Amino acid sequence: MSEHIATKKTYILVWMSLMCLTAATAGASYLELGRFNIVLAMVIATCKALLVALIFMGVKYISQKITLVVIVAGLFWLFILVSLSMTDTISRSWR
Amino acid sequence: MSDSSPNFTAHSPGLQHHFATMEQQTDASVMGMWVFLVTEIMFFGGMFTGYMIYRYTYYGPWLEGSQHMDFWWGTINTAVLLCSSLTMALGVRASQLGQRRLVVAFLLITILFGVGFLGIKGIEYHGHWVDGQFPGAHFRFAGPNPRQVELFFSFYWAMTGFHALHVLIGIGLVAYIAYRSWKGAYGREYHNPVENVGLYWHFVDIVWIYLYPLLYLISHKHVSG
Repeated sequence: MSEHIATKKTYILVWMSLMCLTAATAGASYLELGRFNIVLAMVIATCKALLVALIFMGVKYISQKITLVVIVAGLFWLFILVSLSMTDTISRSWR
Repeated sequence: MSDSSPNFTAHSPGLQHHFATMEQQTDASVMGMWVFLVTEIMFFGGMFTGYMIYRYTYYGPWLEGSQHMDFWWGTINTAVLLCSSLTMALGVRASQLGQRRLVVAFLLITILFGVGFLGIKGIEYHGHWVDGQFPGAHFRFAGPNPRQVELFFSFYWAMTGFHALHVLIGIGLVAYIAYRSWKGAYGREYHNPVENVGLYWHFVDIVWIYLYPLLYLISHKHVSG
């Protein structure tokens, strides 16, 4: 494996996308969408986080499988934390 | 490499003797960095989960609390951090190419953005402080649910505070590798510390990418209902 070096253009395009997404999420917060305001904000935030992780942090270019296992395991643990806590919290008020 | 070295084969001076190759050393180091970042995901994950639980439980009062966030400072700070991530990524790229002066330049710009972020955060903190929005004995809130709004502000201070602490530590780390780069410690072969500090910096950016909509956006215009 030789180290992957992304082009300057890639990084600048990613940065421009991130700035556009920030403008989009800031603008979207002025819309009255009810419950979907938070959904839209989280979808945009996740797109931004993916761009940062995949390109800036180079997750897309990681060739070492065990490192990917570590990352996926971390996200899976976070999923357990959030999903079990929230299913408990939300379902308690059901009558 | 000096002639008195006990090694039989010539290798990069950055290679530790318990690794077979430079690649193996880098892969191990990057994996170790990710293990650390996973612990950081869980650290911030706990606070995000607490935020979600209480936002769900005290929805109205949390909307009231959210109205007191400064939309523009939050948005500007998001842009500042994203710019710092770009300069960090370009700094790491320069280190991969062995461009020493460029590495130092990009790292110094990254530090400037980091300091700018903390400065803006400081302006916001000052505003919340003088408005009595720091939880504790001096907390003031003219509304029907001051205790629940205080809880919102507890989460606000804890989450942004720990994030700001991470930015501060990040600035220290970037300054250290900038100094080491200037001294010529890293080259085309060995620049793993620059990469790992980059990973840390981008991670801290991702935390803010989620803090920004959760604290500043999702209810800044909407009155509780």
